[in-house]
Amino acid sequence: MKNPYRTQNIAFFFLFLVTLLIVIPVGLIVVVIIQKGLPAINWQFLSDMPRQGMRAGGIFPAIVGTIYLVMGAIIFALPIGLLAAIYLSEYSKDNLLTRLIKLAIVNLAGVPSVVYGLFGLALFVVFFKFGASIISGSLTLGIMILPVIITTSREALESVPYSFREVSLSLGASKWQTIRHIVLPNAIPGILTGTILGLGRAAGETAPILFTVAAFYLPRLPDSIFDQAMALPYHLYVISTQVPNVDEKIRYGTAFVLLVLVLFMNLVAIIIRYKFRKKKKW
Amino acid sequence: MVKFEIHDLNIWFGSTHAIKQVNIEIQSNEILSVIGPANSGKTTFLRTLNRLNELNANYKITGAVELEREDVRGIEIEELRRKIGMVFALPLPLPLSIFDNVAYGVRIHGERVKKKTEEKVEETLKQAYLWEEVKDRLSESAFKLSGGQQQRLCIARTLAVGPEVILFDEPCSGLDPISTAKVEDAMVKLKEKFTIILVTNNVKQAARVGDKTAFFLSGELVELDKTDRIFTAPKDKRTDGYVRGKFG
Repeated sequence: MKNPYRTQNIAFFFLFLVTLLIVIPVGLIVVVIIQKGLPAINWQFLSDMPRQGMRAGGIFPAIVGTIYLVMGAIIFALPIGLLAAIYLSEYSKDNLLTRLIKLAIVNLAGVPSVVYGLFGLALFVVFFKFGASIISGSLTLGIMILPVIITTSREALESVPYSFREVSLSLGASKWQTIRHIVLPNAIPGILTGTILGLGRAAGETAPILFTVAAFYLPRLPDSIFDQAMALPYHLYVISTQVPNVDEKIRYGTAFVLLVLVLFMNLVAIIIRYKFRKKKKW
Repeated sequence: MVKFEIHDLNIWFGSTHAIKQVNIEIQSNEILSVIGPANSGKTTFLRTLNRLNELNANYKITGAVELEREDVRGIEIEELRRKIGMVFALPLPLPLSIFDNVAYGVRIHGERVKKKTEEKVEETLKQAYLWEEVKDRLSESAFKLSGGQQQRLCIARTLAVGPEVILFDEPCSGLDPISTAKVEDAMVKLKEKFTIILVTNNVKQAARVGDKTAFFLSGELVELDKTDRIFTAPKDKRTDGYVRGKFG
């Protein structure tokens, strides 16, 4: 107690140790999945249809289904999220409506994913009569990732220095010209990062696709956006709990592919952010 | 010719009364220097002319600001700001290349022809005494220029949209003496074609370049006269005290 340096060192060591704890679960998950899943990975596993009630063959339709879903979600969520972010950051005044919108976004982010699934079932599957289909699943996932996209896009827009806008306006540019030519180009890296993080989340979620799109067993590729599809997270759930006697290798192999897909997206987001940050001139 | 006529101008930001009952006439083709201590309303006055104050949410204005007998609030804001260019206190290049910084304003006002844009960029960079220094590196980022060069780039950028009036808001506050001299040279040359209003913290700068000088104090216009009169025989004691460096 009497030596402040010692107290400080102990505190630092303790804080460091606690921080290190975060690394352990991530590391363990990755190591276990790689260890058990990697042996299953070969070309046939990635490119073949599942066979014998998913106890053999590959996971190709689940990979394709997940990619379709993620793309659909982004086509829907990026324009809406970006435009909403532009409105909130550039145009909205601080009034009741704005506060209501912001509150809605915060709450949207807090809704449990299974509730999105139920909502998607009620709205897209039943009410709009899309049935269990890629479009229903994509829209449900899209709504789920909207708050992520809006929040990160807003932050990206607001991080563009105010003085740039003032300069542009002082030259006689309209507000929209200023946004279009000065603010947006400088906010793109942040927007992209948020979008990709949203994508990663959409790729990994099971509950929202449970009622809206996922096929239990569909050993062919979907032939339209109104078709059902298999998807990696749901497939993993099925072969782990619903189908008896599935080889452990196949389960971990599926988990491995899903993990790689999501981590790869996060990695892309990190690289984009890093590259643009280095190029940033102010 | 009278360029600006300002009658009974009062400005508030929230409850702060920033400009109090100001009346000014500004002639074209001369440099009006605006001096005064910090928080005396100089910059607010300047930003009234191109309506940049309106970006502030709590802004309130009464009185009349007329550009060639037309109320500035009746002129379309993009057109008004094209006519009244502004150079800011700090060099504020846009995050673009040197060329695109100058070309930006030309393009947003509808110039599509590449050749004409290039001519305009060259012409205005020459007017701002920057062309020789940058002609071989136009595609480089504007942030690679020195502070003084950046400020002259900002002048060229302002000139490129074809203004009639140029507002300088303490344009040399971040510059060394040599860069300051270059910017001042440019200003004196520019008054042949433009009306210039220069807000400055540097009393000597006002004495060097201003044809007329206005002294602001706490939002009031204390005195406006020919520059040599302000510095040799001011009518108001407060002006005398400020230009002699007794306060401020």
